[in-house]
Amino acid sequence: MSRTDLAPLPPGPGGDAPRAEAAATGVRAAFIEGFWACAPFILIIVPFSLLFGVVAREAGLDILQAMAMSVLVIAGASQFTALALLQDQAPVFIVLLTSLAVNLRMAMYSAALVPHLGHASRGVRAAVAYLMVDQAFAVAIRRYEQDPPLGPSARVAFYFGGMSLIAPLWYAFTLIGAVIGRAMPAALSLDFAVPVCFIALLAPLLRTGPHILAALVSALGAIAFAWVPWSLGIIIAALLAMIAGRRCELWLARRERAAP
Amino acid sequence: MTPETLPAADAIPDALAWTVIVLLGLGTFAIRFSFLGLLGDRPLPEWLLGHLKYVGVAVFPALVTPLVLWPEATQGAFDPLRLVAALAAFAAGWRISVVAAIVAGMGTLYALQFLATLI
Repeated sequence: MSRTDLAPLPPGPGGDAPRAEAAATGVRAAFIEGFWACAPFILIIVPFSLLFGVVAREAGLDILQAMAMSVLVIAGASQFTALALLQDQAPVFIVLLTSLAVNLRMAMYSAALVPHLGHASRGVRAAVAYLMVDQAFAVAIRRYEQDPPLGPSARVAFYFGGMSLIAPLWYAFTLIGAVIGRAMPAALSLDFAVPVCFIALLAPLLRTGPHILAALVSALGAIAFAWVPWSLGIIIAALLAMIAGRRCELWLARRERAAP
Repeated sequence: MTPETLPAADAIPDALAWTVIVLLGLGTFAIRFSFLGLLGDRPLPEWLLGHLKYVGVAVFPALVTPLVLWPEATQGAFDPLRLVAALAAFAAGWRISVVAAIVAGMGTLYALQFLATLI
């Protein structure tokens, strides 16, 4: 599992042609693999972006503004948060701080992707960052920790393969929602697609005891720190959960070493 | 539903909307770029790597729990149907697949909501 962390990456760009060619097929395969790994989330992305388009129009944004938000921000939860606060006529800095706090978890995604994608050029890393949505992160990190390991370029390709599907759908269905506007029956309970999506992202990540413990600490932490403003309770819960997972892992390793 | 005839008194002013859209976009990008962009392939210390392995399992339950236990759609009131549907999604995701989790989650909620109308 930790092999991706420790894998010795060849320093500098590889020079020889045959190896480069083999890598190219590997890269294409990884792109396609990433595409299919993210495909199930069409079921979530389509209704959710449609809903955003509709809600944005109902909140009083025009079509261009709704689109600009989906393209520039590309983070559903914070987009909905910003809309709700704008509608409540909250001051600009409140709108921004609250919505950005919702996205703060992505700093953790950013750090967690360093061992896997840090080798890429600055431009590529900027593109990775722009596209860093929950689905991209969870699907990629699950693959990076699996066997057979992907090479450095294949890891990048896998990531973009998934987002080549998710991002255009996010834009397109925001547009469709914004154009058709109005009338999204509340009976559809589309809000529930969000927790369902996160559950679908979470379940495959629970591979070991420490992972499961971390998830439990995270859920309990979210309840215990729900009172913390700016949704920072989620960040506190996540940090505690990471510590719990790591502690548990070290403890298990120590116990195993102590056993005859 | 607000009637169409209402003047758009509560419409969000253009300048305000654009300010929020652009700054939220830039701020979100800065958050996402942070570690990956600035650290590049500088090796991270062992203790940090050990913790970062748990980011996914540490973040998603914290996001899910409030959405399931006190959903906005019910004005924060606990909805047992949503809890059961969430558990169904989890079981399906755990045992079967991502698609199964999504189908089981939404499907269970719709089925329970339909049954609830019959009672």
